Amino acid sequence: MNLHEFQAKQVLSKAGFPILAGHVAETPDQAADAFTKLGGPLAVVKSQIHAGGRGKGTVYEKDLKTVRLQGGVKLAKSADEAKQLAERILGYPLVTKQSGPKGRIVRRVYVEAGCDIDRELYLGIVLDRKAGKPCLMASKQGGMEIEEVAARDPKAILKEHFDIALGIQGYQSRRIAFGLELKGDTFKQFVKLAPALCRMYVERDCSLLEINPLVVTKQGAIVALDGKIGIDDRAIEMKKQPELEAMRDIGEEDPIEYEATSYGLNYVSMEGNIGCMVNGAGLAMATMDIIKQAGGAPANFLDVGGGANKDQVKKAFKLLLANPEVKALFINIFGGILRCDVLAQGIVDAVKEVDVKIPIVVRLEGTNVEIGREILKNSGLKIIPAADMGEGARKVIEAAGLKR
Amino acid sequence: MSILVDKNTKIVVQGLTGEAGTTHGNGMLEYGSAVVAGVTPGKGGTPWESKKGVKVPVFNTVEEAVEKTGCNASVIFVPGAGAADSVMEAAAAGIPLAVCITEGISIMDEVRLRTFLKERKTRMIGPNCPGIITPGETKLGIMPGYIHKPGDIGVVSRSGTLTYEVVWQLTNLGLGQSSAIGIGGDPVQGTDFIDVLDLFNRDAKTRAIVMVGEIGGTMEEEAAEFIKKNVKKPVVAFIGGQTAPPGKRMGHAGAIIQGGKGTAAAKYEALQSAGVKTVVSPADIGKTLKSVL
Repeated sequence: MNLHEFQAKQVLSKAGFPILAGHVAETPDQAADAFTKLGGPLAVVKSQIHAGGRGKGTVYEKDLKTVRLQGGVKLAKSADEAKQLAERILGYPLVTKQSGPKGRIVRRVYVEAGCDIDRELYLGIVLDRKAGKPCLMASKQGGMEIEEVAARDPKAILKEHFDIALGIQGYQSRRIAFGLELKGDTFKQFVKLAPALCRMYVERDCSLLEINPLVVTKQGAIVALDGKIGIDDRAIEMKKQPELEAMRDIGEEDPIEYEATSYGLNYVSMEGNIGCMVNGAGLAMATMDIIKQAGGAPANFLDVGGGANKDQVKKAFKLLLANPEVKALFINIFGGILRCDVLAQGIVDAVKEVDVKIPIVVRLEGTNVEIGREILKNSGLKIIPAADMGEGARKVIEAAGLKR
Repeated sequence: MSILVDKNTKIVVQGLTGEAGTTHGNGMLEYGSAVVAGVTPGKGGTPWESKKGVKVPVFNTVEEAVEKTGCNASVIFVPGAGAADSVMEAAAAGIPLAVCITEGISIMDEVRLRTFLKERKTRMIGPNCPGIITPGETKLGIMPGYIHKPGDIGVVSRSGTLTYEVVWQLTNLGLGQSSAIGIGGDPVQGTDFIDVLDLFNRDAKTRAIVMVGEIGGTMEEEAAEFIKKNVKKPVVAFIGGQTAPPGKRMGHAGAIIQGGKGTAAAKYEALQSAGVKTVVSPADIGKTLKSVL
């Protein structure tokens, strides 16, 4: 689960990390009020969407053709200007290099005070899977994507792994502060803030934390100018982070993916036309691969999970059919915990409730496969059986009329 | 020969009295696994009997189970919130092998678990995995037994059902398995590809190895390095998620392409340069393995 910038900053601020004053606005008038409340000569109007690259993005009309505004993060010098900018942004799609071609509708702007920037740095924490530990990373090249820095100049990234029980140690924070060439009071601030940030990462079950840029002002103060926080979905599912869960913005999530999650299904939307229902993430990915290799395009990733019941299978089936792009379905099940008879009954029940107009190819194998095949055969449904996944992929593409 | 488990492995099932524990406790006993104990805190002394009438004693602690039954491997079916703790309990009781089936453990718990296990001798397989099977001898996990066949092909995979797919292809071609092991799809795992490749490489009975990786992380690239330097047996590899879009989590928390890293293409390249025979179609894994024998 991702947080918006303004939410991430609330969380950072609670952990003692300095942020600039700012207010969220959902209407142009609120944006003007926010400017006035900040009381400064200028403020920054920042689009709030769950995608990076907002500053270099473009706000379009709803047709996605006509440009409304270049840049999703803009400087305002008066309340009136803040209002005008918000008018241009709010309710319209912002397309960035991370947002996908359709962009994201901006429903909030964050109006933030300005500051005198001396240096822009990068500070982030990620999980190093190999080490099995989180790693505090910093670089002098703030404002740039860390992956870009890593590709061009890996030595420019300072790294300190830390034990989650012990936290980061003083010498490690100092090592990064020296590496960033921080001086005087700024140095002292940093070595206090780094451990607090690492503690927050652990306590809040973060999966990703980035402050990019981290700014050193001309007065020598450290400030988080941007904030990106991802929360471990499992911790959310386990109700370990109720305060953060309350920040969930459903509007930023794919509606089908969100619905799937509420049924305990793993669904990812894609742009193709072959709907897939598979049990197990690995097999689901392999099924997408084989569809593509056979000349089709998967419309989705759907893992119904190991222990799916009849009802979940039924719901999954309906989700797939709700997508108008889908020309045919490929159901590829290797029953382990999920029994083939349960799966087959779920499909039969779903088909009775939904008017299915597209061909369905089913490949069943595993626990209780004979009963499962029997159920499908006796259902009177027009289901195309496949002996293995290779044959299934070929048949589904043929059935969809996409044969090359 | 086989790796890690055989017919003499004495198994304790943690969470035996729960739904998953009962189902798969039964499944393991039916396969012939020596399930000698169950552990559910607070339910010690509860009678537990399999469908076929095998009585298995239930204990409050793993320590007690070890004392009374001499069990030397644990399979964990405890739900997400308590699973990491259960693995720690098994390790503290000196169990050398803990197979954690549980899906949905939080990342911080997994990190904690990794730190805890570092100072102990216990090997953990998983979490979020199907387990390990030595066909014809024993299974510690949730895989359907009948698709396997005793033989000399080692199978290691990050997936569950895709492992079954591979095993089934092999079995249908008459190629049995020495052991098949699913190491799990989570970001922080107890056992990685290199650990298992090393075991298969040393196992006299294993003639060739199938490795099934997926997008995300760099474990496959590291495995390729290891194979290049150490493995003399033929290795066939498939990587799932070749068509997955970047930035999206494909079910497994570990399966995500981030910042251009962890792509299938990079993994295939690394494996090929290590002399591994790579397969692009998941339907051709068995066939390809047969061709390298």
